[in-house]
Amino acid sequence: MAELTSAPEVPAKLFRRHPAHVIVNLTVNEVEKEISPGVRYTFWTFGGQVPGKFIRVRQGDVVEVHLKNDPANKLPHNIDLHAITGPGGGAASTFTAPGHESSFTFRATQPGLYVYHCATAPVPMHVANGMYGLILVEPPGGFPPVSHEYYVMQGELYTSGAYHAPGLQTFDMQKGIDERPTYVVFDGAEGSLVGDKALTAKTGDTIRIFFGNAGPNLDANFHIIGAIFDRVYPEGGSLAQEHVQTTLVPAGGAAIVELTVDVPGTYSLVDHALFRAFNKGAVGQLRVDGPSRADLMSGKKLDIAYAGGASEPAPAIETDGDPVLQAGESTFAHLCANCHQPTGLGIPGQFPPLAHSDYLAASSDDKIIGHVLHGLQGPVTVLGTTYNGAMPALGYLSDADIAAVLTYVRASFTAKPSRVTPEQVAKIRTESEGVL
Amino acid sequence: MKALAILAIAASAHAGPARVGPGVYHPAFPASPAERAIDVPAFWLDREPVTNADYLAFVRAVPEWRRDRAKPLFVDADYLSPWASADALGGLSPRAPVVRVSWFAARAYCAWRGGRLPREAEWELAADAPELQAQILAWYARPTPPVLPDVGGAPNKWGVRDLHGLVWEWIDDFSATLVGDSVCGAEANAARDPSAYAAFMRFAFRGSLEARDSVASLGFRCAYDQEPSR
Repeated sequence: MAELTSAPEVPAKLFRRHPAHVIVNLTVNEVEKEISPGVRYTFWTFGGQVPGKFIRVRQGDVVEVHLKNDPANKLPHNIDLHAITGPGGGAASTFTAPGHESSFTFRATQPGLYVYHCATAPVPMHVANGMYGLILVEPPGGFPPVSHEYYVMQGELYTSGAYHAPGLQTFDMQKGIDERPTYVVFDGAEGSLVGDKALTAKTGDTIRIFFGNAGPNLDANFHIIGAIFDRVYPEGGSLAQEHVQTTLVPAGGAAIVELTVDVPGTYSLVDHALFRAFNKGAVGQLRVDGPSRADLMSGKKLDIAYAGGASEPAPAIETDGDPVLQAGESTFAHLCANCHQPTGLGIPGQFPPLAHSDYLAASSDDKIIGHVLHGLQGPVTVLGTTYNGAMPALGYLSDADIAAVLTYVRASFTAKPSRVTPEQVAKIRTESEGVL
Repeated sequence: MKALAILAIAASAHAGPARVGPGVYHPAFPASPAERAIDVPAFWLDREPVTNADYLAFVRAVPEWRRDRAKPLFVDADYLSPWASADALGGLSPRAPVVRVSWFAARAYCAWRGGRLPREAEWELAADAPELQAQILAWYARPTPPVLPDVGGAPNKWGVRDLHGLVWEWIDDFSATLVGDSVCGAEANAARDPSAYAAFMRFAFRGSLEARDSVASLGFRCAYDQEPSR
């Protein structure tokens, strides 16, 4: 019986020296889940989660696949495993009506990391609705040991409503045909690898990520901000490339990436087609804990020759003993500091400063809440400099999280601190829902 | 008394099938160029899917189709499994569509009623509703509710109800279009015309069935060549 795992977990390394007969039990469930808080969708899944269960077998194994289609499901489903050589990849053998079970066997002849997906008509709709996952066929001896192995899979969602439009969304076929996804996400939902759910490691760890791209339309440009992949097995194959910044993963393809993390902090996993990261949800996080490594990367050295009026960093504030400020500090570090910087000084010409910001001081709490909820596009002038960028909407955060981070921002960067309450955030959220 | 009341309801539900057609059916997957447009002569079609009460009357009249007597060659282990017993519905609504019946059983029922299962061309002609495509796709995307609603949706232009949004329905020639065996080829073929997506999903569903299968969201209704006598 094969051990199966849900993302981001990967089944334990195989230590078998010989091929075996392995049984893989997959159940198809049609389930309502959230894409983002308040945004619901009926996903079709292999095992109740998107992506489907990770399957790990050894080259030469005879794999017996059982596909059970839950009786409550409306549709027939099947599975096409790219690890198979043979017409349809198992699709015809596993074509299963609701309330039925099919099985077939195949021999895993070629090592590699392979996508599997439902191939029931209309195939792109079944894939867009979440019916995909990865199967690893390990070569004899397997991969060298690493500190952590993770399972990350990118996929697109085509919803009837706009990005972050609340309520139960349906599949928008025309957006699918036009290749205009509403969401591009890792592991089935926006924020599924963010905050408490971030991938974790310690400094000095080695990490292997089994990365798949379900598509159904877009290629993925997998990149981890602040990291270089020591090794990439492009397209999930056997040859490795070294020292890679961004690896291209085709729809219906996969890649194995390995990296070493030496400097502590939060690293963002993105599709480096960046609007997908900033405006469609393709962001995850890898949090690395450990002692700082000034020899590899210093902290921010305040050496800014042309920062206008924002050359003085705000003094660090004391958050100990105040749970709201502590929560706000954590959210700020994970989500805001990438652009606005831990110092609040921003990056000249790119991201506006919060420290000593006249814009922040002159803006009401309600206005700033709106920026966090819905993002901010277009020109904004701060301390005499005009910034024309795009701040992503963070409306998927809870009211309490937004209130906490803004209280932290006010306390840290504004001369006159104020407490922003979750009730204020809820009010602005409700008011703006009427408008959007 | 209760049985009589159920029989009365059963009879009223069939107070007159609707006349459908003549018309022209354009299959999403024509078997040959000559079959891109198929003339469908007028026929009569039940206005509603066959209900639990209708089917209960059938198994009482023809006991060999009770779930404890039907031959395993013709029904699977879940035949009529939602019913409380072989001849009682229990808590099920008599007006809800009967589900978990095999193609063989559905054919036998329709023959008993003096009719037959509708053919693909007939069913699709009666159900053609391009304006409802988005709702139909949304319905296909959602799992089956634990308790099926009763029949009695809004009538379409032919006066026929519940062709969409309640249950899938058996057709006589359900296995004639081989979507299952040529998934990808058929896919490429149909994807050219997005308006055929709903029909496409019906073909996929039908293609997954065997004649003795029962499915929790699959019912049926009957068709007739002549207007049935009251």
